[in-house]
Amino acid sequence: MRRFSWFNATSLTLGFAFLYLPMIILIIYSFNESRLVTVWAGFSTKWYGTLLQNESFLDAAWVTVQVAVASSTIATILGTMGAYVLVRGGRFMGRTVFSGMIYAPLVMPEVITGLSLLLLFIGIGLDRGIFTIVLAHTTFSMCFVSVVVSSRLVSFDKSLEEAALDLGCTPFDAFRLVTLPIIAPAVISGWLLAFTLSLDDLVIASFTAGPSATTLPIRIFSAVRLGVSPEINALSTIMIAIVTIGVITASIITKRNSLAQQRDEQAAARTA
Amino acid sequence: MAQTVFAPWDDPQAKPLIQFRNVTKRFGDFTAIENLTQDIYEREFFSLLGPSGCGKTTLMRMLAGFENVTEGQILIAGQDMANVPPNKRAVNMMFQSYALFPHLSVWENIAFGLKREGKPKAEIDARVDEMLRLTRLVKFAKRKPHQISGGQRQRVALARSLAKAPKLLLLDEPLGALDKKLRQDTQFELMDIQEKTGTTFVIVTHDQEEAMTVSSRVAVMDEGRIIQVATPAQIYEAPNCVYVADFIGDVNIIDGVATADGDGYRIAWAEGQESFFAKTANSFSAGQRCHIAIRPEKVAISAERPDDMANAVEGQIIDIAYLGNISTYHVKLTNGQMIKAQAANTRRLSRRTFTWEDRVWLSWTDTAAVILES
Repeated sequence: MRRFSWFNATSLTLGFAFLYLPMIILIIYSFNESRLVTVWAGFSTKWYGTLLQNESFLDAAWVTVQVAVASSTIATILGTMGAYVLVRGGRFMGRTVFSGMIYAPLVMPEVITGLSLLLLFIGIGLDRGIFTIVLAHTTFSMCFVSVVVSSRLVSFDKSLEEAALDLGCTPFDAFRLVTLPIIAPAVISGWLLAFTLSLDDLVIASFTAGPSATTLPIRIFSAVRLGVSPEINALSTIMIAIVTIGVITASIITKRNSLAQQRDEQAAARTA
Repeated sequence: MAQTVFAPWDDPQAKPLIQFRNVTKRFGDFTAIENLTQDIYEREFFSLLGPSGCGKTTLMRMLAGFENVTEGQILIAGQDMANVPPNKRAVNMMFQSYALFPHLSVWENIAFGLKREGKPKAEIDARVDEMLRLTRLVKFAKRKPHQISGGQRQRVALARSLAKAPKLLLLDEPLGALDKKLRQDTQFELMDIQEKTGTTFVIVTHDQEEAMTVSSRVAVMDEGRIIQVATPAQIYEAPNCVYVADFIGDVNIIDGVATADGDGYRIAWAEGQESFFAKTANSFSAGQRCHIAIRPEKVAISAERPDDMANAVEGQIIDIAYLGNISTYHVKLTNGQMIKAQAANTRRLSRRTFTWEDRVWLSWTDTAAVILES
């Protein structure tokens, strides 16, 4: 094995410190006994207890989850449809413009997206609440889904769909029975991406949320403006834990699948 | 025992299964198929042979319904195929990439088309089992496509496209992905299956050896046109132009000027050289420019001038390609023309008669060569 030079070691330490030091400090202070965020006064889990009593945080968390599930599901359906048309539709009038337009929200400043949605909702007299946040989140996360799915579709062997048609499928059946199962991993990761984006969005949500519905990021942000409380540290720690578990589980599943596939292919090579 | 020769194309009573009528296909400015008319008969094993870009795949995709015809008509069993989508045609296709569904097992891949027809389960089971037996895949029924070898995948693709018992099976470079040995075995297997099932096969290939082996008739294509359609033997022995002669197998082409002489023509080919003589059914006017096409294996090589051959010419061996069973001699004639001659290596290498730089005589009979128009 190659020896680890001091240069590599330093780069690694610095890099990781840069990425994770803030989070580690946050996690440590979430177990602080003291009410003061910056003074350590011994280990305690009491802030987790008070957090569970805090109705406004729990309500906001519930709203966030509802919004994230609804908006990422709608975004996945629309984004997949959009990607399919762009990749498979062949050359139709305005294809270039259309594909440019579907990716534009990726680079659009969130403030502008938020503001324009707000104006639209006011214009058509839509009361702001969960429904409007879902619409707004669908709007901006749909193009992320579309990017992920279309990159998978580009490498998808088109003759698979033709084979399905050839064997008697209608175009819809070919999509349902052949294309969708094969691109499912991309669709699922598109959904997860949309879900995460919706979970931590603050800017667009603050434009489109109403008094009846507040998401967790908005709630945390407004709480912090009155001063950081250990409760928020505890809440953040829980969120970090959930995300970490999610990421680790996903990578274990991916790793296992690829190992299983490798084994299969080796077995096939042996019997060949 | 006399066997009836399978040749429906010579029978004026026979009804063709596929009719191309003045078919033209354009992609934008590019003309892929130009005014093509051709009949293909039931139970034929018909090859479309040509270099890449000659339109053979386009022709096949039009039969499958993946491409529309720009002008003209395609009829299958007398029915005009315009506006009939691929899923409504009694035609199945075996794809070059096999296009096996990676998320389904071998069994499910083969059953896929049958399930779309909504057949009862028992019937589907029986048919899939029959297909698995036919293609010797029973052991692999539960495997996924990535768990089997290339040759097995090829057989799954064949089984899947045959499962619905189509009137017509299209095969797009079916053996392209297999290595040479496996390809040869599979060619015979394909012929066997074609005979057993009585299906009409149309195969696209750029491999002339493959086309010669499997086909009842071969269509040689170039730039969107069919140049010649004939049985493999006719294509090889009596090509109708230099392109076909050159595309199929190895050939020597000698340019010359024809003069009628008895039942053949004398062809003057070089200043101060004795002219060649060849019999032909084609007719040429006196002084018409033409080509003599002669296969290397029909050119004999000897140390002395043979007395009994209609054509003989002297030259020097420049190169010898030793292929094991045969050797190809590259002989330079006095005017600089190179001629290839093949001889079977019936003796051991150490006792070979000719070597580099030897002066030799090349000779062939009056029926060995074909005279082609310029």
